[in-house]
Amino acid sequence: MSDLRELYQEVIFDHNRHPRNFGVLEHPTKVAHGHNPLCGDQLTLYLTVRDGVVVEVSFQGQGCAISTASASLMTEAVKGKPLAEVEQLFAAFHTMLTEDPTEPRSDLGKLEVFEGVREYPARVKCATLAWHTLHNAVLGTDETAKTE
Amino acid sequence: MNATVLAPSFVQENLGDIPVARLRADFPILARSVHGKPLVYFDNAATKQKPASVIEAEKFYYEHTNANIHRGVHTLSQEATTAYENARETLRRFLNAAKVEEIIFLRGTTEAINLVAQSYGRSRFQAGDEILISALEHHSNILPWQLLCEQTGAVLKVVPINDAGEFIYEEFERLLGARTKLVAVGHVSNALGSVNPVKRIIAAAHAQSVPVLLDGAQAAAHGEVDVQALDCDFYAISGHKLYGPTGIGALYAKKAILEAMPPWQGGGDMITTVSFEKSTYAPLPHKFEAGTPNIAGGIAFAVALDYVKRVGLANIHAHEARLLAHAMSRVAEIKGMRVIGTAREKAGILSFVIEGVHPHDIGTILDHQGVAIRAGHHCAMPVMTRYGIPGTARASFGLYNTLEEVDRLFDGLKVVVDMFGR
Ligand SMILES: Cc1ncc(COP(=O)(O)O)c(C=O)c1O
Repeated sequence: MSDLRELYQEVIFDHNRHPRNFGVLEHPTKVAHGHNPLCGDQLTLYLTVRDGVVVEVSFQGQGCAISTASASLMTEAVKGKPLAEVEQLFAAFHTMLTEDPTEPRSDLGKLEVFEGVREYPARVKCATLAWHTLHNAVLGTDETAKTE
Repeated sequence: MNATVLAPSFVQENLGDIPVARLRADFPILARSVHGKPLVYFDNAATKQKPASVIEAEKFYYEHTNANIHRGVHTLSQEATTAYENARETLRRFLNAAKVEEIIFLRGTTEAINLVAQSYGRSRFQAGDEILISALEHHSNILPWQLLCEQTGAVLKVVPINDAGEFIYEEFERLLGARTKLVAVGHVSNALGSVNPVKRIIAAAHAQSVPVLLDGAQAAAHGEVDVQALDCDFYAISGHKLYGPTGIGALYAKKAILEAMPPWQGGGDMITTVSFEKSTYAPLPHKFEAGTPNIAGGIAFAVALDYVKRVGLANIHAHEARLLAHAMSRVAEIKGMRVIGTAREKAGILSFVIEGVHPHDIGTILDHQGVAIRAGHHCAMPVMTRYGIPGTARASFGLYNTLEEVDRLFDGLKVVVDMFGR
């Protein structure tokens, strides 16, 4: 079961059980929805962006351990960051999960607990749902982010 | 070589006492392992594994017979046509249809239901007419009707289910009215396993001259289907859920109804004469079979039906009931496990949730132990909405599953709870 532990690291269980920044923001400047039709995961992301910086972020929704933990860790990672950096994180996260592991990419810190997801193609969408939703919010598209 | 000689034959004592170990040897895929563990295949409601005789039949067809049908004078074409038409006769016998021309070969249940909607429904339904379905339906028995409603102004009415996942017959009687033009219900629910009271439904609908379509995708693999005894007007099935190939299935419909229906798709094989002024259509069943069909699939489908018949549907039903009963007896061992769908009459389908664990996580952790189940909404989102859950984990049984495999499922579920429990 050792490789299963690489997918389900303790940090993931922790964030699944106690998601950070979970709830509704009072006066968000952006709200975006994400949906994974394959497994029914739903996510709403609330952002307050001021002067190009994410000052507040929260999420609500229901999903599997991977998608909940990913949303939770994402909110921690992007809070206080300028939008340009958020987009860079999105790109790096995406690369980590979908591309050749030998490709160079920037350091993702805590987010690297999701590296093991790459080995589970059916679960990559769970980990990227929150990020796709964030990406849409930053770009200002009103479309619901879909993983399909 | 005749592929059907590979079908099983055996003597048995009690119903359901099928020689599973021997039958398993007929399914080559069951020898493989997944993540280093012997495969336990519990996703049978999605599709069944295929016996070697079915695989052989496809191979044999392409190696010895391949030709287009109904249009050649050469030997291969005649042999292919005969084999394909024999397959239709095998399916007629399997469903006990009165006439072979009542069997339309199609891609599967989905295509069959769409055919009925677009040919039967579209040519006669008007604004305000009602189509009655149930809250248990697979999306393929919802969407074709929704599309038809958009086209004609007809209205979809839905018979609710109770907490056990049972069709509420009294609500059906209440909804069945003067405006009802068709009742279209699942015979067995793929999401929960509930068996619907189709005989009563058909009797009540017929009392008001309303025809009935049954979605038999699940039912046909779990028990005998006799379309004449049922007296249904339409019955839709898929080969791949009956241990046959994908891409082949059929619609059964009463001859008089089929004759009155306009063609659905135009093309080769469905005509008698063609001119630019007017074409005339081929007689049944070819009127509804435009284009080159899945010939190898049809032939192999018949081999699968022979296989299933030899094992015996009553046996398969009893065997699966035993597996389900064993699974149910172990549910209490798993902390937080709740079975969704506890109908009194149920096929071998165990849909469940575990508190605090998403079905997808259950699916991945079981997969790691070689146990294949389905996690999600099972193409029945309204059922999930009814229970207020995003999805379930579902173990569904087939004739080759064993009690030991059910135990491996529960061993796996213990790992799930251990991992998530702390
Ligand atoms: C109850 C039910 N209806 C319809 C279908 C659709 O069958 P197919 O995809 O073979 O057309 C399925 C299979 O998923 C089913 O379980």
